[in-house]
Amino acid sequence: MLTLLLIAIPLFMAGAIFVMGSKSARQLALITGVVELLVTFAAIWVEKSGNNPELLTFNKQWIGPLGISYAFSLDGISLVMVLLTTLLLPVIIYSSFNKTFRNPHVFYGLMLLMIASMIGAFTTSDGLMFYIFYEFALIPIYFMILIWSHAEGRARITLKFFLYTLFGSLFMLVSLLYVYQHSHSFALEDLYAAGQALSAYEQGWVFAGFFIAFAVKIPVFPFHTWQPATYNAAPTAGAMLLAGIMLKMASYGLIRLVLPMLPEGVAEYGTWALVLASVSVLYASGMAIVQKKFKLLIAYSSIAHLGVLTAGILSGNAQGIQGGVMEMLSHGIITVGLFVVYDIIESRMSHDEMHRMGGIREVNPQFAFLFFVIVMGSVALPMTSGFVGEFLLLLGLNQYSTALTIVAGLTVVLGAVYMLRSFQAMMLGTSNAHTQHFAPLNQQEKTLLYIIVAMIVILGVYPDPILSLSNPSVETLLQGIH
Amino acid sequence: MEKLVTLVPLFPLAGFLYIIFFGKGFSKGFIGTLASSTILLSFIVSVLVFTTQMHGAHPAVVKVFDWITAGSFKVDFSFLVDPLSSIYLLFITGVGFLIHVYSTGYMHDDEGFSRFMAYLNLFVFFMLILVLGDSYVTMFVGWEGVGVCSFMLIGFWYKDMKNNDAAKKAFIVNRIGDLGLIIGMCLLFAYTGTLKFDDLFISGSDISGIPGGVATAIGISLFIGAMGKSAQIPLHTWLPDAMAGPTPVSALIHAATMVTAGIYMVARSSELYAFNEVASQVIVWAGILTSILGATIALTQNDIKKVLAYSTVSQLGLMFVALGMGAYSTAVFHVITHAFFKALLFLGSGSVIHGMGGEQDIRRMGGLKKHMPVTHLTFLIGTIAIAGVFPFAGFFSKDQIVAVAFEENKIVFILSLIVSACTAFYMFRLYFLTFHGKFRGTHEQEHHLHESPKSMTIPLVILAALSVVGGFIGLPHAVGEEMGMHWHWLDHFLQDAVVMPSMHMTMGTELLLMVIATVVALSSIAYAWSIYKKRGVLADEDKDMKSSAQKLLYNKYWIDEIYDTIIRKPVDRISDFFGKFMEPKLIDGLVEGTGSLTKATGGIFRMLQSGSLSLYIFVFIIGLIAILLSL
Repeated sequence: MLTLLLIAIPLFMAGAIFVMGSKSARQLALITGVVELLVTFAAIWVEKSGNNPELLTFNKQWIGPLGISYAFSLDGISLVMVLLTTLLLPVIIYSSFNKTFRNPHVFYGLMLLMIASMIGAFTTSDGLMFYIFYEFALIPIYFMILIWSHAEGRARITLKFFLYTLFGSLFMLVSLLYVYQHSHSFALEDLYAAGQALSAYEQGWVFAGFFIAFAVKIPVFPFHTWQPATYNAAPTAGAMLLAGIMLKMASYGLIRLVLPMLPEGVAEYGTWALVLASVSVLYASGMAIVQKKFKLLIAYSSIAHLGVLTAGILSGNAQGIQGGVMEMLSHGIITVGLFVVYDIIESRMSHDEMHRMGGIREVNPQFAFLFFVIVMGSVALPMTSGFVGEFLLLLGLNQYSTALTIVAGLTVVLGAVYMLRSFQAMMLGTSNAHTQHFAPLNQQEKTLLYIIVAMIVILGVYPDPILSLSNPSVETLLQGIH
Repeated sequence: MEKLVTLVPLFPLAGFLYIIFFGKGFSKGFIGTLASSTILLSFIVSVLVFTTQMHGAHPAVVKVFDWITAGSFKVDFSFLVDPLSSIYLLFITGVGFLIHVYSTGYMHDDEGFSRFMAYLNLFVFFMLILVLGDSYVTMFVGWEGVGVCSFMLIGFWYKDMKNNDAAKKAFIVNRIGDLGLIIGMCLLFAYTGTLKFDDLFISGSDISGIPGGVATAIGISLFIGAMGKSAQIPLHTWLPDAMAGPTPVSALIHAATMVTAGIYMVARSSELYAFNEVASQVIVWAGILTSILGATIALTQNDIKKVLAYSTVSQLGLMFVALGMGAYSTAVFHVITHAFFKALLFLGSGSVIHGMGGEQDIRRMGGLKKHMPVTHLTFLIGTIAIAGVFPFAGFFSKDQIVAVAFEENKIVFILSLIVSACTAFYMFRLYFLTFHGKFRGTHEQEHHLHESPKSMTIPLVILAALSVVGGFIGLPHAVGEEMGMHWHWLDHFLQDAVVMPSMHMTMGTELLLMVIATVVALSSIAYAWSIYKKRGVLADEDKDMKSSAQKLLYNKYWIDEIYDTIIRKPVDRISDFFGKFMEPKLIDGLVEGTGSLTKATGGIFRMLQSGSLSLYIFVFIIGLIAILLSL
């Protein structure tokens, strides 16, 4: 029931906001976000208490003979993903509060539609439903970027983004259908059984299809070139939705679909994917080092961290998956935090070229301090959420290959290089003609930054509520494999 | 009783949070007192904890909260109270308190005073976590935490980009080491299934199953972490640059405590290293080479803090020599005495810099003896202590290291004597050039010369006293017996926490080595005296340096320049190649090429470019239909 509520509320509110027009659209959207968060807490409470588990599942046949059903179930892993979505949603909505959009009701309506779709993908226990939700989320974000972007060439950029990910997904569809031929049902349980019954070699090919689809979306080198341009063109709220939540559907897909369905395929024929993911870390870090614009730096640093995430998850053990779950949450928060920082800078400087700034700390020490905490989260300092995820991922990856761990682990060094370089360039030194009038933070900006910093620190100091929420589900998932 | 230990890091953390969030509007006096008293409170609790350990209490694990769970991997946020951690607590909070008090004087006129005190509190918090953590992961929290504090404090005066560059360099070089540490932890977990000291070492069985080659890899990986934190070749280059931070920082973080974290970690892992010949040899040679390198560079430096920084690098090297030879408690002994006299020397140099109005070049000093009597006397005591003159603190700990080297490896023994000779020489060179002869600064500086305030000189006096008597915690057999005192007290205290070497040195050899060490130190001091005091020779100006050996040392073997050429520039160049060619031309070119191919074949791309969404939905639906058809 709660699951259905989580999808129905944003869906209904999206409709309501569309209909009611632009007046108070953003307030309604924010309220929806907060309500969603409360429902999520309720669901977590139900899961932790262990009573009334039926509240967390929903199953109704859709096309019976074909084995397709509206099946949803919230286990610990799904709950963390839903929490990621509903924690970030109010933050993202609130971050756009001081901006004026054309047709805000359409903007927020699309946003909620997208949220409904993503929650669907995170909670369904039907393979085909996952595919549908996964694809459907693309449509609202496509419009959000196309209509509300100010970037030059946005039509071309958004098109490339759309086509590229759509094209990638076709590989997933083929793989899914291949397994379906053996299972005759899209229920995940049946797909797992049918997938595991395949030979390792067959599994390897099916895995390749899934991985290409997910690698485009995560994104993993060399399938990533749509991403920096898209982030750069997108309105910041859109970039937050993309980087913070939407792309996590792909890494979640690795955990939910790929690992339990094709364990031998990944273990025996998946090395190339782990290698690509590790190379991704190096390559994107190198790209981040040479960026002059802060937003592009965020984009590439994101790819680097997601490389570690992908490799760690694919190592297929409890540490890798737990690390993956934690890192998805943490990366979402930190990336949204970095985009908030970008927004604050951009609104004052009207550009984001780092070398033209400097000395902002002198003018606005509070902002510099909050930004610094987010930077520390990004470089995965212990006591920030970034550490817990990344450390577990490396711990997991090492059980697969120490060599790859060293390569992926270089993020520890290179992350510090590009993050500290950019922090220093923008914040430290003496202020110049551009930065000396850097305005103090307003109430909204302060609130946003404090919320994000609090989440980064709390999850870093005390990640146990999250980890102990997902741990039993991860263990169940792994038992299903062996 | 052990439960109390939680309070030890809690006080400084509370101090930090209070100053950061509520410190606005309070006077400097209040902030200074608050920050110092949190450390004093920690010190008092540490004394209690230490006393129970001294009276033979069993090591205890104090759990604070559940931290990380992932399948079979479980780490609590817990503290381990045992002799090793409790003695570290004692000198971290003790020396930390003195340096806090000193800072209230030294930083008094700085506009960032309360920020500075807050950072110092935070540093002490993380340093305490580092030594209290009951697993490698908890230790790593402190390990990285002190790194960030070091970063913030080196770049404390952030308006000057030089300081920021030094801070960034420190952080990044340390991170290279940290990667080693992380890999070490990963391997350790993969082969033992745990990262808790308790499981690994105290119960003892878990590490015995590790294959030899892996054990070596683990030992070396962990040591790479130590190299970063404790500034050993080839990761030593950040420490001299770190002197850009305010001097109390150099004393606390970059001499007494943080940089000895690597020694702590190896000592904590002694069971891992004890039977690990290869890794131990690596440690010995990295240590002795670093020690020689630091000591020789220090011979020619003219910045008072740089001399001390290279001296620290060199002394840390000696500690690793002890570790590599299996004398873990000896290394800890030298950590402690070094904390006393090196903190003293740094604070003394801070007092000099304070009096000189910010000047750090010893070529512009001279004759300060009469202007700064307390600073002079305490600095002299520190100089004698580090030079290794009987019976000052440095003598006993250094002598123990030399003795171990004599037993284990004669080449290292000779090299360590050379280090001792260099140490005595450069320290007395520094001392004579600073405090004797004629004043060589400007008239204005001379006019303003003054002894530092009480808040600065009292810590100097206490540290000087400790530098005199600190060595008695590890009196060698030969001396202890003679004086009827408890000998090798520290070894006895630490015997349950670290592996003890089986040394059987005769009293005669012991005495002979002490005589040799003394002769080396005294003749070195005499040599420095004859040059800088008797003949009044001054240090060369940069342009007068002629001999290539002098230039080589003065420019620190050009290691920074070499790194720049073989590491930084290639990384930048490769990144540039990625950015300019690979990404836009090769990878995206392929993607776009695929798109264009579609365009050429079917004209679909053009249709799509017109922005018609109906087509995408069409494609999406085609996909769905494809499913239905395939059923």
